Amino acid sequence: MSVEIEERASSAGDRRHPEPRHEPLVFEVSGEGKVGYSLPPLDVPETLAIPRALCRDEIAGETEITEVEVARHFTRLSRLNFSIDEALYPLGSCTMKHNPRVNEEVARLPGFAAAHPLAPEEVSQGALELAWRLEKTLSELTGLARVTLQPAAGAQGELAGILMIRAALAKEGNPRTTVLIPDSAHGTNPASAHFAGYKVHELKSNARGTLDLHVLEEAMTMDVAALMLTVPNTLGIFENQILEIARIVHAKGGYLYCDGANFNSFVGLAKPGAMGIDVMHMNLHKTFSTPHGGGGPGAGPAAVTAKLVPFLPRPTVERRADGTFFLDHDRPDSVGRLRTFLGNFGMFVRALAYISSYGNRIGEVARGAVLNANYVRAGLAGVYHLKYDAPTMHEVVFSDKKQTESGVHAMDIGKRLMDYGFHPPTISFPLIVHGALMIEPTETEPKLGLDAFVAAMREIARECEEEPQIVKTAPHTTPVRRVDEVGAARNLVLRWRP
Amino acid sequence: MKFLPTSDADRLEMLRAIGVSSVEELFASIPAEVRQPPNLPPPLSEIEVRRLLGSLARRNANARDTAFFLGAGIYNHSISAVSDQMLYRAEWLTSYTPYQPEVSQGTLQSIFEFQTHICLLTGLDVANASLYEGASALVEALLMASRLSRGRTRAVLSAGIHPEYRETVRTYFSSLGFTSVEVPVGSDGATDADALRAAVDDDTFAVAVQSPNFYGVIEDWETGSRTARERGALSVAVVAEAASLGLLAPPGERGVDIACGEAQSLGVPMHFGGPVLGFLSCRSEHQRQIPGRLVGQTRDAQGRRAFCLTLSTREQHIRRERATSNICTNQGLMALASNIHCSLLGKRGLREVALQSHAKAEYLKGEIAKIPSWRIPFSGPTFNEFVVEAPGPAAPILSQLAGSGILAGVPLSRWEPGSENRFLLAATEMNTREEMDRLVAALTDTGGGGGRELSHRDLS
Repeated sequence: MSVEIEERASSAGDRRHPEPRHEPLVFEVSGEGKVGYSLPPLDVPETLAIPRALCRDEIAGETEITEVEVARHFTRLSRLNFSIDEALYPLGSCTMKHNPRVNEEVARLPGFAAAHPLAPEEVSQGALELAWRLEKTLSELTGLARVTLQPAAGAQGELAGILMIRAALAKEGNPRTTVLIPDSAHGTNPASAHFAGYKVHELKSNARGTLDLHVLEEAMTMDVAALMLTVPNTLGIFENQILEIARIVHAKGGYLYCDGANFNSFVGLAKPGAMGIDVMHMNLHKTFSTPHGGGGPGAGPAAVTAKLVPFLPRPTVERRADGTFFLDHDRPDSVGRLRTFLGNFGMFVRALAYISSYGNRIGEVARGAVLNANYVRAGLAGVYHLKYDAPTMHEVVFSDKKQTESGVHAMDIGKRLMDYGFHPPTISFPLIVHGALMIEPTETEPKLGLDAFVAAMREIARECEEEPQIVKTAPHTTPVRRVDEVGAARNLVLRWRP
Repeated sequence: MKFLPTSDADRLEMLRAIGVSSVEELFASIPAEVRQPPNLPPPLSEIEVRRLLGSLARRNANARDTAFFLGAGIYNHSISAVSDQMLYRAEWLTSYTPYQPEVSQGTLQSIFEFQTHICLLTGLDVANASLYEGASALVEALLMASRLSRGRTRAVLSAGIHPEYRETVRTYFSSLGFTSVEVPVGSDGATDADALRAAVDDDTFAVAVQSPNFYGVIEDWETGSRTARERGALSVAVVAEAASLGLLAPPGERGVDIACGEAQSLGVPMHFGGPVLGFLSCRSEHQRQIPGRLVGQTRDAQGRRAFCLTLSTREQHIRRERATSNICTNQGLMALASNIHCSLLGKRGLREVALQSHAKAEYLKGEIAKIPSWRIPFSGPTFNEFVVEAPGPAAPILSQLAGSGILAGVPLSRWEPGSENRFLLAATEMNTREEMDRLVAALTDTGGGGGRELSHRDLS
């Protein structure tokens, strides 16, 4: 690449300029004899009451490093990451919104962070009440009878939901064999249905990008346990025939499962229970703002209709007549446990703090999210191709169709956005849009941020036409340049070796 | 609303650009009959949020204000102040799964380092980026073994595996057509080796043993790995108290194929049971069947070392219903906490924490054994946790002690209706001799029939 292009490429965003670009592994900065911890002297007799054969030698290769170097290492590493607090992070379907800091603070109170799940019930009343209150609140928001908080993330919420449906059908005599899933669904849906023991039948979307009722009617047989539907779907389009869909599924004795990953687009405005939805999982790390943490922890509570309550994972949190709370393990029809203890309790604390901050005004979240997505759509219409032009809810899916004429693909556009100081949208998903650019701005993005993003996307579209090379070789300003992912899979190096 | 940055003027301009006259118009595709506002209280200010959550937090006993001896899968180990202050950095807290490596090298390198720590601690070749927690990690390990066995349908589990892990296995297995068989522990508290050998057949895809087991007793990993190998099954090592890996023989050195479990002890607060930190490691010949995210080392376009997610063709977003797991979001921030923790403790600290925890538990065990009519029922060697048998039902004693600021243990009656008098007691480097002596004195008074009234400590 010419010097001139290199300069022009970098001028888009040199804000990272003085930042570190390479950080050795923590194991590589280790030095013999250094320590990064201190412990009090042992105040009991030194003992080793374990047979030698069951003990290990020293942990060869483990670090010897001071606190100073650890603090520096992780601070430097952190600066190689993009984060929401820096700028718009429009990763579609992931709902990268601002994470209120008071939620972080309250989750760290010793009564939560240093509490043990097996402490006696009488000294755990605050934690149990918190779980009970969160359940009640989510139940009110979904219009569904009860909620299990146990699932550790969305995918486990899906599994919980399908297992409950399976248990209910089995109790009637036939668990059935198949789950229907539209072709626009997130990959976890078919994977979860599979792990719940079902065959997956994929439903082709119609020209609007939503479920085709004729296709559904044909596929909805007495072998079908459930339809797993994402509402609004991954194109950001609301299933406007949801009531008819529910009727078709219920007429054949099936259940309507809703993937609530996109609940943020209608939370507080409409209730899934009123739509005929029987089960819906929610992602506390999406709709309810618990931080994404570089890939979790999340939480995936699943709300269910009254018919499915007996099958909830155990234990449930219950309130006695005297106002005290307890864990009910005695639930004979329960699908069982999905994990240890109550779930990702720390996420419950944050979610309850978040919902309490909005209270009865939580619909503002959905209004803001939908307004922002539509504003981005309006700003990019005509510049990027929009395969499905049905009304947009919280996210909009463009494609690279116009830009491929210059040999530029969605991935290149995403990489080039990094040079303008933005995280890329979700690329190549949903699968039904070739070269997808799935953009979700969320309600916490100010108009100025949206304007800057739209301007960057428009500028990149211009570059695609006039100087595609600059886009195809992007990013130019990031801590590392385009990373060889194919090489990583071909020549696997999955750990450091001493 | 302080989290909503759109001004009224902005909104008008945005609506004009969109070409609608109100935000309401944008919701036209939601049927009117399902539109319902929620019946929730009015919004709370930050002061009120702190007040509400603070009042709930104060009603829980916590390890900082009590003499604390609870374990059974969640342990109270020391965590450096560096860890949480690092976790507060927005670059760690507010980023997501590193799909875009060029702007995620921090997270990717940290996961690569975490994978390395887990490999070093378990003595195996490959570890994944984390799983939800211990029980589902065991499920993922077993399902991995079933795929590698091509067609076998049974897993043999030691009854010394945490009861909630075993219950989770039953939940997942029920719909997949797999069965799990449980082998009891003997009078020493360790898995009965003969019964284990008898339970494994040619339809068995995995043999799973936990050490230290649920009763705190240290198992020899070879008991499981040898038996598994004899019948062509894979051996799975379950670790629920990962601090033990600083002292005990690593599973990989004793013939185990897959190690999995709970790494909360390695730098993650107890969090009332979650979020915690599942892990899984295996031999390299099995790496293509590993579930969950994996980070690999590679190069960037200029030849510099870089990291990225790899082997994603195993995963749900590519392989859909044929994926190795349905997992997507895992426990990224907890894996970072654990990386920081293991890096700070390192070679010497991990061992010292384990030795101190062991020595304190041995001291307590010796003192409790001296109390008339109190027993230590299992004879096998233990690490930092052991079963105590009280002269009467344990749960009421433990509740009474909790009221006086001593969280003395976890009653086994939660899981074993026949074991009313027994409870689990754990010690770590956090316990002082003073509080251990206080515990022993309290047990002596409580169970000895002296009937001295313990002063009630107000937890609120």
